[in-house]
Parts: sequence; structure tokens; C-alpha cells
Amino acid sequence: MKPTVRFFQPHDNVSILMRTFSVLILFILTIQVSKAAELDYNLIAEPVVEGTYVFVGSTKYFSKQNGGNIVNTAYIVTNAGVVVIDTGPSYRYGKQMRDYIESTTGLSIIKVFITHHHPDHFLGNQAFNDVPIASLSGVINGIKLQGNAFTDNLYALIGDWMKETEAYIPTEVIVPGKFSIGGHEIEIIALDGHTDSDMVIYDHTTGVLFPGDLVFHNRTPAVANANIQHWLDSISKLQELNYKYMVPGHGAVISDEHAMIQTRDYLSWLHKHLQNALDRGLAMSEALTLELPASFQSLDILHEEYKRAVLQLYPDMEQNYFN
Amino acid sequence: MSINIKQRFYFKIFSSLSLIAAVNFVYAQTSVDPLDAPTWETVHKTMLFNEEVVFDERVKVVVPDVAEDPMNVPVSVRVGDIGEIEEIRVFADLNPIQKILNFYPGKIEPFIAFRFKVQQSTPVRAAARTKDGVWHVGGHWLDATGGGCTAPSVSSGLANWEDTLGDVKSRLWSRKDQPDRLRFRIMHPMDTGLASGIPAFYIELLELKDSNGDLLAHIESYQPVSENPFFSLDLESNRYQGLTLTGHDNNGNQINKVLQ
Repeated sequence: MKPTVRFFQPHDNVSILMRTFSVLILFILTIQVSKAAELDYNLIAEPVVEGTYVFVGSTKYFSKQNGGNIVNTAYIVTNAGVVVIDTGPSYRYGKQMRDYIESTTGLSIIKVFITHHHPDHFLGNQAFNDVPIASLSGVINGIKLQGNAFTDNLYALIGDWMKETEAYIPTEVIVPGKFSIGGHEIEIIALDGHTDSDMVIYDHTTGVLFPGDLVFHNRTPAVANANIQHWLDSISKLQELNYKYMVPGHGAVISDEHAMIQTRDYLSWLHKHLQNALDRGLAMSEALTLELPASFQSLDILHEEYKRAVLQLYPDMEQNYFN
Repeated sequence: MSINIKQRFYFKIFSSLSLIAAVNFVYAQTSVDPLDAPTWETVHKTMLFNEEVVFDERVKVVVPDVAEDPMNVPVSVRVGDIGEIEEIRVFADLNPIQKILNFYPGKIEPFIAFRFKVQQSTPVRAAARTKDGVWHVGGHWLDATGGGCTAPSVSSGLANWEDTLGDVKSRLWSRKDQPDRLRFRIMHPMDTGLASGIPAFYIELLELKDSNGDLLAHIESYQPVSENPFFSLDLESNRYQGLTLTGHDNNGNQINKVLQ
């Protein structure tokens, strides 16, 4: 049955209509204003060691609620100025991060490092367009190739938070090795596995290791562009380093191997599990709905990230199965 | 007299109310779309020619909630115990090419799994026709950010795709307490015709035959099926060997392979 529609007759009081209308407009305006005011990442840095700070993000997935703040970004205060590691998921994040750093340290930013080409790690670059933004050539190529697609995707996922964000390509190619900056001995290590090019930053002066997304802590690793065997090899190399603290790409700062072991165990399980599903003749939609072991339940967004892993890895594994 | 009129009046109201109730009941059984998509009426007409439908949970369509890779969205359709199924149509309401595939299960199980391309968020549906001509419809909403259908295939950019065109690889799994599983992959670009300068080029027909050459099942596929398509089918346990797959694409290239 169609609902009855009631039209206002000409003799209805026009002023009531007008009043309702203006109240409605006022209401919409209030919503818009409060919405704009809400888009604040409320960034507060936590110290790792003296002079090294991290903005710890959520361990969830991108959402309109968290504005994509699901990532750890960091900075090191040196004698020569501040060195920034990763710029976050949006121009807005980059600006708020920069404001916070400059107002709390009173120093200017002299260098930005980008660990890898994923959008949550570099889309704040625009806020640092007057500073050299450095990364490995592989990371820069990745941003050139996929940066725009990632940006479009984040507009779809987090909406207004992305306003005016563009994929700003790093301006300086860096080669692996040791160098000194503002009294800190910094080592750049080129690894891969989470993506085709993962840049690890190791501060020998403070003993703080920044492994980027090669390490996830209490958060299910994301494997969109992963080569799992390479990733496992990279973790073995990280385990040889003599660090005091590690700032993982996602999850809390940690001083022991626990996060690396978590990441390693999940990845090797995932690989075997999917290979086993293929060997049993399961279709991709069947692999999506398999039970997951209890031992990984402590990893945040396990089921969500597992499903994404199937969608991302299974097609290629299927193709290779018959090659 | 006046009482009589009143009684007749109430009777009229009562009977019209019960008529509305009855109509609503039938309505819920046949045409209220559980996915609540504004497109249902259109696809009912274009995909099922307005024939009789029942929304039926026993037609299980599994797709992920979010596409992730719009070029490779996995889907499986399994029809539960609703009698012999003559045809299963798989389609996506809001895809630029709605029709994905028609599957005639014939002598095998009413189950099929494969991957397809989407352009935007859409209901994904399967309609299974029973012998009485009624379509039993199941479905699921798929969330997608777009890009799958208007992107060229990977192989159309490679120089050597023609060398492997139509190649088939397959495997049959014997499984305990469940039907045998057949999986096969056919090398084919499956171009939609929606990417600029690349005409539609896709597999149209696949026929699965037993060792005597008798038809077991066949598939009519359309442009949205993913590149180098990978099909999974279920067959009666330990019954078939020496299966063959034949078919052709829309350019007349033949597919002919004895399955392993």
C-alpha cells in the first residue's frame, strides 16, 4: 500500500513553513560547523627515549571515525633540527603533526623519511613540501605507480579527512648506509617483503629501530603488496640488530622481540594455511570463511585482515598453482 | 435495515483488510527484495524476464562484504535442497554489464565458484530455476570502490598472451564424504569492451562432457568473469574420469581439452 501523501494547501500558514525551513537550515549549518571542528586527530606524542617521540595510532582499519590515524609516525630531535619519520594518512594529519612538533620543540624540521609507499605512511607529505622528503628509489617508484590509486581509495574510506590531499612524491633519493645528522648516527637499511621496497631506519645513537610495516604489534599484518617469503627473510635480518626500542609501523612501542615473533608467526601460518586451502581444492570464497587459530586472536582486526589477505593473495596463488 | 447496512459496511472493511493481508503475504514471498535494492524491478525484468520468483535463502551466494580487488571478486553459488535445478543465472544489478554467467548444472551439483569484475558497489545475485519454472533468488551486497570493469586486462598489455590463449589446466579432487571437486583455469583476457580501444573479447560457452562425450553441464559466460578464469564445480564422488571441456569465445577461438 502506498503511504498517504499530504500536500500543504494554499491556505496553510506560510510562516510556519518558513520557520520550519529556517530551523532546518540552521540545524544543517550547526552540523556542518561541528563536523569541521571534529576533524582533529588530537595528536599527542609519546617519548620513546629522550628526544625521540612517536604518535601512536589506532590498531584498527581506516574509517571515517579514525580519519586513517591507524599508523605510527615519529620524530627525532637532533642538534640541527627535527627529523620526521612518515607523515601519516592525509594532508590534514601532516599539518597537525607538523604544528605539534614545531610548537612543542620550537625547532624547524630538516628532513622527512618515508618508510614505504603505503598511503597511511606518506599522504601527509604535502605539509612538508618545503623540507627534503627522502626515501629509497623503490619506495619513490611505488608512490609514483600506486600513489594516486591509494589516494582515491582513501578518499572513499575516510572522506572529509582527506580534503585537499594529493600524493606528493618524495623529493630526495636516499641510498642504504650510515650517515650523521645533527649528532645522530643514522643507518638506512633497504629490505622488502611488506612491499617491494621497505626502508628501515636505525638510530645508532639512541638504539631506536624504526622497522616501518615490517613489524606489526598486537595487530594483524596487512599483506596487500606482500611477498611473504621476503618479509620473513627481512624479519630474520631485523632480529640480528642490537636495538633498545622498536617503533613498529602499527601498535605500541616495544623493547623485545615479541612483536617480530608475532608478525613472523602470523605470516608463516598464513602462507601455509592458504597453500593448504589450495591443495584441498578450495575456491577463494571458501577460503574466506575458514576458521582461524585461537593463537592469533590477540591480534587486532584478525578476521577483517585475514579476509583481505585471502582476497589479495589467493588469486595469484591460484594462477601459480597451475603454472 | 440500518444494522444490516452497518454489518455489510464492516464486512466490506474486514474483507478488504484480509485481502490486503493476503496480498502482502504473497508479496513477501515473491517480490520483496531482502537486499532492499532499488534495482530489483529492473533486473527482474532484464535478467529473469519478469518470470515468477521466490527469494530463497537456500540459494547461497558467498561474496566478501568488501571487494578489495575489483578485478577479482570471488563468488560461489550453492543451491540447497530445493529439487532439480535447470539453470542458475548470476548477475550484479549495478554492474555496467549485469549478466555475469549462466550455469546449467545438468548432471552435476548445483554449485559453482569463480571470480568476476565489478565497477561499483552492487547486489550480487544468483537465480536458480526449478522444474516448475520458478526462479529461486539469493544474493549479497558487495561494497566496492570501483575500477574493475573499465580497466584493461593485464594480458592485453602483454605481448605473448596469444601464445597461451585458450590453454586449460585442471585438477579433480576425490574427497571423502563430499562430492569430488573439479577446478580448471582457462587462459583468456576476458576483455569487457569497456576499456578504451579494446573490444570485448570473452569466453562465451564451456561444456563439460564425460568420457562418452555426453554433456554433463555447461556454462554461458559473459564479459565480467575475471581474466584467466578459474572455475570450481562439484561432481558425484568417484564417478567421472576422462572429462573433457569444450567451448569457444566470441571471436570463434575454440577450447578443447581432456581434463586431468
